[in-house]
Amino acid sequence: MAELLFWPALLLYGEAAVGYLGDARRPGSAGRFATWGVRLGWLAQTALLAVQAARDDGFPWGTWASSLELFVWLVVSAYLIWGCRRPYRLLGLAVMPLAVALLVAARAGGGTGIGSANHYSNLFLVLHVGFVLAAFAGLTLAAALSGLYVWQERRLKTRPATILRRPVPALATLDGLALRTVAWSVPLLTLGIAVGLGRLVARGDRFDALIAATVATWVVWCAYLGLRLVAGWAGRRAAYLALVGFVFVVVVRLALPGSHFA
Amino acid sequence: MIRLVLVGTSHHHAPVELRERVALEREEAQALAARLAEGGREAVCLSTCNRTELYLAAEDGEAAERDAVAALAELEPDVEPALYRLQDQAAALHLFRVAGGLDSLVPGEGEILGQVRAAHQFGATGSFLDRVFRQALHAGRKVRTQTAIGESPASVSSAAAALAEQVFGSLAGHSILLLGAGTVSEQAARNLRSRGAEIALVANSKTGREEIEEQLGLADVVIASTNAPGVVLDADAVGRALQRRRGRQLLLVDLAVPRDLDPAIRDLDGCYLYDIDDLEEIVAETLSGRRREAERAESLVAAEAEKFHEWHASLDVVPAIASLRARAEEIRTAELRKAESLLERLDDSQRRAVESVTAQIVNKLLHLPTVRMKQAAAAADGVLYAEAVRHLFGLGEDER
Repeated sequence: MAELLFWPALLLYGEAAVGYLGDARRPGSAGRFATWGVRLGWLAQTALLAVQAARDDGFPWGTWASSLELFVWLVVSAYLIWGCRRPYRLLGLAVMPLAVALLVAARAGGGTGIGSANHYSNLFLVLHVGFVLAAFAGLTLAAALSGLYVWQERRLKTRPATILRRPVPALATLDGLALRTVAWSVPLLTLGIAVGLGRLVARGDRFDALIAATVATWVVWCAYLGLRLVAGWAGRRAAYLALVGFVFVVVVRLALPGSHFA
Repeated sequence: MIRLVLVGTSHHHAPVELRERVALEREEAQALAARLAEGGREAVCLSTCNRTELYLAAEDGEAAERDAVAALAELEPDVEPALYRLQDQAAALHLFRVAGGLDSLVPGEGEILGQVRAAHQFGATGSFLDRVFRQALHAGRKVRTQTAIGESPASVSSAAAALAEQVFGSLAGHSILLLGAGTVSEQAARNLRSRGAEIALVANSKTGREEIEEQLGLADVVIASTNAPGVVLDADAVGRALQRRRGRQLLLVDLAVPRDLDPAIRDLDGCYLYDIDDLEEIVAETLSGRRREAERAESLVAAEAEKFHEWHASLDVVPAIASLRARAEEIRTAELRKAESLLERLDDSQRRAVESVTAQIVNKLLHLPTVRMKQAAAAADGVLYAEAVRHLFGLGEDER
């Protein structure tokens, strides 16, 4: 059953990615098809996760691959909050190819197979992995918003005659949304890390590279919030900092999957 | 059959000095429509700065056209050579194009839809023109919702306002600093104010430099259009203001020739400088975009005109269809009456079942001929079919 749902989700996300590309070249019906691809793909993936959860005797993210699938679902869910509005379609061009790539990576890393029995309790997984993944999904979206900000800001600076051809959210809107998304995500990340560290201390386990990188990610995003709220950073500088913070998210999610999930 | 007649002139056919002589105020247009509607006709007068058009619905299309031409010639005799005269589907298509903004000076301009609505409201309409104008308003809305024809600005002043929205989003609560007050900058300021922005200061040659620099730190949009021979605001002054703005963006629009704002301002972070050439290029591009969208819009209004044609043609056969159905119903009830003595033995539910079954038989028998007659009407054979039906079923002359 999970197999049957994985492919529609992947194909619909892929269709959305291609649709957003078409919309970027010529705004119109391709964007509408893409939006429906996201919606239907999200429904298929939601069903996939539900089936996995039922089959796995607990949460489906006991493995790296499954947690990556959940991460994709959270990113797309967060995107869907705004993504259906026309000015935000360009954001889909950043989010949906990433979703497709991560789903493929999840498939390559174990896919929808039954996760191995996990020695962690389910409650711990809910609190630790749930908070961290939700935070990373928010930070990914914030980075996409910041990427869109940098692109649009560059266009406004270079003054092309086509500047008004495409509906894009205003710079101030993108800047504010990125800040709000990070302001929600950082507390979630803090909670997720705190629960993980508590468990680490209680079990007497050692730090691994993933924990260190996650803490470094937390520091970067706390710095983002601090610089914005206290030092008054805004606009392009803040957007670049968000993109740097996203590099840390990528490292944590993709480059260091190894022993932490064992 | 009722004919749709259009007589009018527009910016395509008449210069402004001629158009202004046949342009009518709302009350005048209303009175003219009422006068033309005498004798059982319907009439609507659409009069804007770019067009004056009379739409009439009448049995005698030729006479209606003559009266409409005479009414416009009464206003200005020289207008007659500049008049266009269209009938039926061509007239409907023209009206739908007008409502969609496709016949406007700036393709897709939105004001015309409201003007068509007002003309309809104040016209002397009956069921025919009412339907035609409702369909025109529907076509106009469809053009605006299903194409992007009206989304882009069509003037330098609206382009400046659209750019401000690209930077700040909603302009409510944002402030404007006006340097000088030329006509174009006034239009731009009016455009920004209509979107919620407020004018913080209108600076002229007597305004102190300190006051301008102070406002530069507070205002979100600067519009410059002085007659000064050189730069009024240099990059250093804007740089100092930006430091006080703590990352808040600043949009500067230079509408003056020679330019008022130092081009080096472009190199500063957090501000965006557009001069008159930039804005004119944007407007030219958006107008070409409107023309591209107009091609899509043309197919939408053509489809609406086709629907009008089908409906209009079906009016040919509607009396024959109504007569045929009335005749069938008459036969059905007469036969049921004849069988009254047999039906009396049935209880109420059985009698209702007989009623229902006979009605269904009649409906099913007449369904296909009805559909075929309407289709034939759309293909211009409607009158022949209607005559054949009248002949075959013996429908009386009085029913025609």
